[in-house]
Amino acid sequence: MTLNAQATEPGTPSDSQGMAIVARTQSQMVRRRFFRHRAALVGMIMFGFVIVLAFSSIGFAGIPGWWDKTYLDTGPLTNQGKPTLSLIPEFLGGTGIHLGEHPFGQDDIGIDYFALTMRGAQQSIIIAFVVGIVATLTGAVVGALAGYFRGRLEAVLMRLTDVMITIPVLVIAAVVGRMMGDSGALVLGVFLGLVTWPTLGRLVRGEFLSLREKEFVEAARAIGTRPSRIIFRHILPNTIGVIIVSATLGIASAVLLESALSFLGLGIQAPDTSLGQLISRYRSAMVVRPWLFWWPGMFIIMIALSINFIGDGLRDAFDPRQTRVRA
Amino acid sequence: MIVFIARRLVISFFVLLAATFIIFVLTALSGDPLEDLRQDNSPNKANKIADRTERMELDVPIPVRYLGWLGRIVRGELGVNRDGQDVAPLLGHALSATLQLVLAATVLAIVVGIVVGIVSALRQYSGFDYSVTFAAFVCFSLPIFWIAVMLKQYMAIEFNNWLKDPGIPPTVIGVLTLLGGLIFGALTVGDRKRRLLAFLAGAAISGALFTLLSVTRWFADPGFGLPLVLAISLAAAVGFTVLSAGLRQRGPLYAALAAALIGAVASQVLAPMLVDPTWLEIIGLALVTVVVCVGLGYGLGGFQRRQAITASVLTGLFTGAVIFLDHMLQAFASYSKVVRGRPISTIGARTPNFAGDFWQLNLDSAGHLLLPSMALILVSLATYTRYSRASMLEVMNQDYVRTARAKGLPERTVVVKHAFRNGLIPVTTLMAFDFAGVIGGAVVTENVFGWQGMGNLFIKGLREVDPAPVMAFFIVTGTAIVVFNMIADILYAYLDPRIRLS
Repeated sequence: MTLNAQATEPGTPSDSQGMAIVARTQSQMVRRRFFRHRAALVGMIMFGFVIVLAFSSIGFAGIPGWWDKTYLDTGPLTNQGKPTLSLIPEFLGGTGIHLGEHPFGQDDIGIDYFALTMRGAQQSIIIAFVVGIVATLTGAVVGALAGYFRGRLEAVLMRLTDVMITIPVLVIAAVVGRMMGDSGALVLGVFLGLVTWPTLGRLVRGEFLSLREKEFVEAARAIGTRPSRIIFRHILPNTIGVIIVSATLGIASAVLLESALSFLGLGIQAPDTSLGQLISRYRSAMVVRPWLFWWPGMFIIMIALSINFIGDGLRDAFDPRQTRVRA
Repeated sequence: MIVFIARRLVISFFVLLAATFIIFVLTALSGDPLEDLRQDNSPNKANKIADRTERMELDVPIPVRYLGWLGRIVRGELGVNRDGQDVAPLLGHALSATLQLVLAATVLAIVVGIVVGIVSALRQYSGFDYSVTFAAFVCFSLPIFWIAVMLKQYMAIEFNNWLKDPGIPPTVIGVLTLLGGLIFGALTVGDRKRRLLAFLAGAAISGALFTLLSVTRWFADPGFGLPLVLAISLAAAVGFTVLSAGLRQRGPLYAALAAALIGAVASQVLAPMLVDPTWLEIIGLALVTVVVCVGLGYGLGGFQRRQAITASVLTGLFTGAVIFLDHMLQAFASYSKVVRGRPISTIGARTPNFAGDFWQLNLDSAGHLLLPSMALILVSLATYTRYSRASMLEVMNQDYVRTARAKGLPERTVVVKHAFRNGLIPVTTLMAFDFAGVIGGAVVTENVFGWQGMGNLFIKGLREVDPAPVMAFFIVTGTAIVVFNMIADILYAYLDPRIRLS
């Protein structure tokens, strides 16, 4: 993000009245505005916490974590699988702050529910990021090509986008999930990304349409710069705000999309697990064993909410009209 | 304009055609349509397999199957599903169920969302604004199925249990009182003293209201009765007049008040007719109301004839709605007895084998619609709120709004006539997109609430790797999306003359 460095006079004499205006690059301003956005900061911290918790606790890809149980091993059911997590200190009449044997309880065959939920959170995060990356790359490339080259290429690409937009996301995602659900989170994420790019494609194309008429692009073309260089070095960096914001919000909706698919039984398949699948499996247990229902739901909300907050902060930070820093 | 529409139609047609091909191929490839039969152990297994293979043309390559499907569509047939049922009647039932669900939810989301969005824009950076923004973000992040299961538990099962003895416990009254006060306080602008006063007033009103409701066991046998109907309508009359014309001229106020009065009187005069009406009669009454109210506004409006007509028509329709609601509520006790005290239902669209008069039947559908609608509304509501807030903020910063204020126009006129109308233009487009999207997006909600709608048709078809119902579903939703997108474009060009269609 080293773009649009605001023209500063190198070697400006140090100002004796203390009235110097500190020159900041675009990225510095964006970073400043972002870190002053309180909700976005809270979102970042919350999201970081969930990621660290999910990946460090039960480990990932063969690397063991600090939690001693796995999401596959069954154990003896203790105390009807009730959660042992306690957050009320002893002097307030509680049993003290401790995790206990099964902090989130156990499911009906004795699998540790904390490990299950963490595994689900891992899957959600992986899918969300893969979807975000694939959809962003595809959307940005399609939008850039269509917006820069115009003509027949644009017509073809935009009709393709129209076709994709005509199909409701959940519908195409359900069909894809039905096909790819049992091949794991990564594959599912890639294919979901391949069907959710059109919104971003349209946005990027719109940006390109207006930017390609600007003088700096004309200048670049006049000195014989290759189109690929103009697209990637001259125009694309100027659309980075739109792309980043849209990608973040896309990641948030991908979390919900995946959980909805798994809820319908079209996403991740057993024996692997995901948050939506856990909720679907235990939706009737709400009354007798509410913890089986609450924990995965809380984690979906935490992940989606924190990403949404980050996206909102980024939108405000990148918005050039935004002069006032929001509380 | 006509050239534009014609061109769009042709392009949309081909886009839709391509989309059907994609969906058809993907559905057909998504699994093994004979899976359940392969595990079948009955002696005529081979027969069944051969049967289905022939019916679904499984021995033909997929593109050829698609062409066959396309040929049938051109002849107006939707084909049969894998069990040999004709898809067309299935689609008909599903569509009517889903439309029922989606229409109510969308209308409610639009009205509430726009009002909340505008209020939070006008009170930017107030406590109310922050709370609404936060609530909207939470709604965006809620998995709809999770909230639907919660609604089932708390709004249906526990609410029904509570209805057996509907007294509100003191702690709940306390919380509601605090909440009422907070809402009033957050909506008020001004110094600390004014906001504190508003908080106290709000708390007192809501505390008194809920105590009264609890003591009289209102929820066991709800209803308004004539005095309350009259009071609500008169208050609405004043409210609508303030919004549309202001209170400076008396004409519009008189017209609106007269509309409320006549409505309340008419509810008594027409009581025999309202015992068991039909929908046709209700619509007829609504039309009569509009005619009478236009007359009232025209006669009493004076200088502000147009505003008076708006105010009196809105008041008249609102009064009618209150009377309608009153009758529904009065039928509640008898209905509740029929369904053994469990009026809020969690499954399906109606109580099986239920027979009753007009009001009871309506209550039955309302009881079934309530929860799925609430689940559906949450996300749309958040979207509408955010959109109308953003667009209202944008408009309020425009030069013409500053001009209007500089001319010395009252704030009401500035907001309602100069800002509100222009602020709604982008929201109109959203409505078109959203409605089309919701028809397809009700899949999850229908699944949780056992609603035999479009989503169910689609999911069942997909599970069975059966293209016919999936395609029937897609033809409806895809066409809806294409058509609504076009309506959005045309509306936009019509509402905003700066946009030219070409």
